[in-house]
Amino acid sequence: MLFSVGLSLVVLLSVVGAATVERVEYDYYKYHPMPEITDWMVQAVKDYPEVVTILEYGQTYEKRTISLLKIGINTGEKKKAIWMDCGIHAREWIAPAFCQYFVREILQAYKTDPKMQAMMTNMDFYVTPVLNIDGYIHSWKDNTTRLWRKNRSPGPLNCTCYGTDLNRNFNANWGTLGISFECCDNTFCGIKPVSEPEAQAVTYFVGNRKEDFLCFLTIHSYGQLLLLPFGHPNFTASNYDELMKVGRGAADAIRSVHGKDYTVGTSPDVLYANSGSSRDWARMQGIPLTYTFELRDDGTFGFELPQDQIQPTCEEAYSGALHIITYAHDKTFSGATATAATLWSMLLALGVTGTTLM
Amino acid sequence: MATGELNPNHYQAQRAAKVVQHYLNTRYGSPYRLLGLHRVHSGNAEDVEDSGRKYQLEISVQEIISNMTEKCSAEVLFPSGGQQRSPQVQASCEELLKINTIAQEEALYQQYKMKPSLLSAQNLPDSYGHIDPDMKPFWHLCIVASSFIMLNESSENTLFNVAQVANITQLATENDQLKFDCHVLLHEMVSQEIIHWKLLFTWSPPEGVKVQQMEQLPHCHHCEKPPNTN
Repeated sequence: MLFSVGLSLVVLLSVVGAATVERVEYDYYKYHPMPEITDWMVQAVKDYPEVVTILEYGQTYEKRTISLLKIGINTGEKKKAIWMDCGIHAREWIAPAFCQYFVREILQAYKTDPKMQAMMTNMDFYVTPVLNIDGYIHSWKDNTTRLWRKNRSPGPLNCTCYGTDLNRNFNANWGTLGISFECCDNTFCGIKPVSEPEAQAVTYFVGNRKEDFLCFLTIHSYGQLLLLPFGHPNFTASNYDELMKVGRGAADAIRSVHGKDYTVGTSPDVLYANSGSSRDWARMQGIPLTYTFELRDDGTFGFELPQDQIQPTCEEAYSGALHIITYAHDKTFSGATATAATLWSMLLALGVTGTTLM
Repeated sequence: MATGELNPNHYQAQRAAKVVQHYLNTRYGSPYRLLGLHRVHSGNAEDVEDSGRKYQLEISVQEIISNMTEKCSAEVLFPSGGQQRSPQVQASCEELLKINTIAQEEALYQQYKMKPSLLSAQNLPDSYGHIDPDMKPFWHLCIVASSFIMLNESSENTLFNVAQVANITQLATENDQLKFDCHVLLHEMVSQEIIHWKLLFTWSPPEGVKVQQMEQLPHCHHCEKPPNTN
């Protein structure tokens, strides 16, 4: 009896979802400038008010608000969480494109897929489409700025250049390897750990909830890699074997979509040693599954990935990310309790929104 | 330094294999033939006394336009010693040469040899990754010419790709060779820097790409006047 009630609830919720589908088609397979991404975030909340909210959690150097989409079913309880950020490096345009695609996919899956409904019941997804907003806007300015990487804070005194490499600025072995102390360099790690407001925003938000996070995914390009902590060759994560196993599973999932090979390994093994990365910092907070995704391609187009590759890149990356997220979820929420949690939460949700459905 | 058998997915073998890619493009590259590293199957590194470090690699190389792949064996020697000397490469991937590009190359050559107005193109690819199909052969040509630079500049501590062709301008034909001036932006992965180079090179179907001059530009594109601080 309970199961047929559950099924009817699913059908009802799907109908409600369908009635509020976006009226204007958003093209997920084109690169979008910052104002369009901001509008898209607002629209996502309008279209899925029961599961999507915008949280503002910091400011860039140029005083722009850094926001994320919090996506999950409101159960009234403290929930486990998944973190995803894109665009920490301005020129890696495919990354923000992927964050937007990821949000669209999980919202669509939530309407019809019991597994995604269970995951959204048990966890919240925190997705930041563009972290380095100032840098991203700068990379859209003209042809000479397209390959900008860092943020846009001015250099220290006597420096004629702008920008700190945000992915060298986190408090994780800061200032040791794979960095430069020259303020004009692209791996300039800042004057001190977490000197940059964008890095501070992530540090405070995630840091205040670190026990809740099962998974921290930070999205970059290019290189077709899945990087595990740590960036320092002398430090191995306590769950290295698990990280490799799950990473390889993700790479297999990626390959099954369009045949692209993504290499799995620590930064010092497969790319280069580095320090102060957000991924390393997250792992040091105790978040067990932390990965850096380096999306397409392997160097032919590099940062300027053609728009006709946005769709296949996003499809394969989604497969990989979902593999990691599903593993994190299933490890934490065993099967039987998940089903019960789903049904109970659906009943709760129906109780809360009952008046609007009638 | 890693010595002996290498993990083919790790950076040592990958960087050495990328050097082979650059070498092959200097040898076989054309407006209609561009090679990319597809996979490293195995690698071995050893110290060679008074010479440097020698890598032996089994790789697969892919021709970008036709998508044909070929397995090749290669050797890369990174010279030691105080002077910055270029790596020495031995490799042959003769199967790839069999991709017939002669007709297309001849047609392109004839078309641009006699053109009254000289070609000029910018931003290949553009910010959205787009290249006009008519400009693609010139994008390929500049990448091939840049491969001479990337080969020269490579070491065990670098990984070069072409980020963008900022400008390619055709100059007057010289000795039956098409001649070009190319401003290219190279991406060096380990430092994450964008390095500007200017190249003067010639091309014809029988002669291939020959670089006449190359010059690194001291580009401080990220150097701007700091704001007035009060």
